Amino acid sequence: MVAMSETAIADVPIRKRKPGSRIAEFAAYLQALPLLVILGAFLLLPIAMITVVSFWDYDFAQMYPGFVTFNYTETLGSWVTWKTYLNTLKFAAIVWGLTLTIGFWVAYFLAFHIRSTAMQMVLFLICTVPFLTSNIIRMISWIPVLGRNGLINSALVGAGIVPQPIEWLLYSDFAVVLAMVHLYTLFMVTPIFNTMMRIDKSLIEAARDAGASSLQVLTNVVLPLSKPGMAIGTIFVVTLVMADFSTVQVMSGGQSASVALMMKNEMSLLQYPAAAANAVVLLILVLLMVGGILRVVDIRKEL
Amino acid sequence: MQREPRSREFYILAVFFTIFVLFLYGPLSAILILSFQGPNGGLTFPLNGVSLHWFVNLFEKQAVGDFGGALRRSLMLGLMVMVTTVLVSLLAGLAFRRKFLGATALFYLAVASLVVPSIIISLGIGVVFSQLGLQPAWYSSAFGAHLTWTLPFGVLIMFAVFNRFSPAYEEAARDLGATSWQTFRHVLLPMIAPSLIGVGLFGFSLSYDEFARTLMTAGTYNTLPLEIYGMTTNVTTPVLYALGTVTTLFSFLVIAGTLGLIVFVNRRRAYA
Repeated sequence: MVAMSETAIADVPIRKRKPGSRIAEFAAYLQALPLLVILGAFLLLPIAMITVVSFWDYDFAQMYPGFVTFNYTETLGSWVTWKTYLNTLKFAAIVWGLTLTIGFWVAYFLAFHIRSTAMQMVLFLICTVPFLTSNIIRMISWIPVLGRNGLINSALVGAGIVPQPIEWLLYSDFAVVLAMVHLYTLFMVTPIFNTMMRIDKSLIEAARDAGASSLQVLTNVVLPLSKPGMAIGTIFVVTLVMADFSTVQVMSGGQSASVALMMKNEMSLLQYPAAAANAVVLLILVLLMVGGILRVVDIRKEL
Repeated sequence: MQREPRSREFYILAVFFTIFVLFLYGPLSAILILSFQGPNGGLTFPLNGVSLHWFVNLFEKQAVGDFGGALRRSLMLGLMVMVTTVLVSLLAGLAFRRKFLGATALFYLAVASLVVPSIIISLGIGVVFSQLGLQPAWYSSAFGAHLTWTLPFGVLIMFAVFNRFSPAYEEAARDLGATSWQTFRHVLLPMIAPSLIGVGLFGFSLSYDEFARTLMTAGTYNTLPLEIYGMTTNVTTPVLYALGTVTTLFSFLVIAGTLGLIVFVNRRRAYA
């Protein structure tokens, strides 16, 4: 239905330019201006400033304008940096795999197995509500569940499955991944669900009539047509994990590292140029990843 | 479509979905229960009596932090961000309906705002303010930082809304002699009102819970998420859970209120 109305819009002939269309074009500029001003002041200018500052010198008290490259050579020449980047990429890969799998099946269930639209919306809202509550609260809510005396350990010890509490449930890489999946899966569910809802149901009926099993329908019809949603979800999850420092800090109990956490530590030591150099490297890496994904999907067509 | 009997796939996926929902809400309910911990209880189960001790404790003046002030600032900031996000996204959505030079660039700038790591924005705005000799504050620098997160959502939602919006309604209004302002006010605005309310909910909630972008930009006075983050390292009593319960219930109230408002607007439109 949506697809239909879109083609309907596309087929409407472009109205002839009336004398007023100059004014209309001017109005469009005026309407776009606030967005441009805000993003210019709080996105473009800060990024430009970070790039400049990353070439500045600094000591324990302040920064000195100049053009030095040792912020980059120090960062990129250090084994710790590379290990931190690898660790962040590892988290991104694991969390991406898990959220994609969970997100796909949840969206698939909602889109193709729930028959009434009202029920679909209710179940979708149930999935969306936690997204609108505090991330930090959702993070710390794992502590009474995973902790040494937490629910899972008490249950396991009580049932006699393990002799003593499992230590690696909390304050470990496992806890970091679990919390990230908890926080970010919704970013995968929503775009995949959105794409699946736009798949023409008659395509599936046609596949069935042609003798496809439900597994074949899934792999040959639903999966390829859901790819744009999966790509958009991937953009969200990957950029969120690459930027994460609070989950890594709280859930690993300081035992694991991420690039953003490294930046945050440099910032708290007032090493702004060093943090800025890291920011530039991280930004380039993230934009390359997003650019790669955008080659697969045209966001504007998916909205 | 005729009703077929439910397949085995349905039952497997239904179980999977239920586990997913339990996974989403389970931990949250754990801290909800534990916030009613007795005065001598700790951070984990079992409950050592049931009391409102930690809620009372929360509203008393505390040694660490200023809960009331932080809440007030977060609410104000959330409202400011909400109003700005709705207005700017609506205007940008209207602009994107026409072709104008730089439209594609502006669209991808909004997308970029979504993918740039939050801590980079935090650091960048912090550095810009210090170089300009300005004092960062929650109502200036943090306000701008939050907008870089809420505006892309608002713009993308409005973009999607206008993608599906047939110009026939406005043309009909114009043919009947309505001015462009009348067309906007009496035709377009009522039709997109539910989406605008949704954008407002996003704007408020994302700002109210935002943490990473506020970190370097809040200045002297903390917002609520910063306060909570500070508490995770300092506070070892269930007062932390009480705070979690209060803010989560507040979020639920905001969401329920918004959904109610959307249903109300739709009803009224149906009868109008």
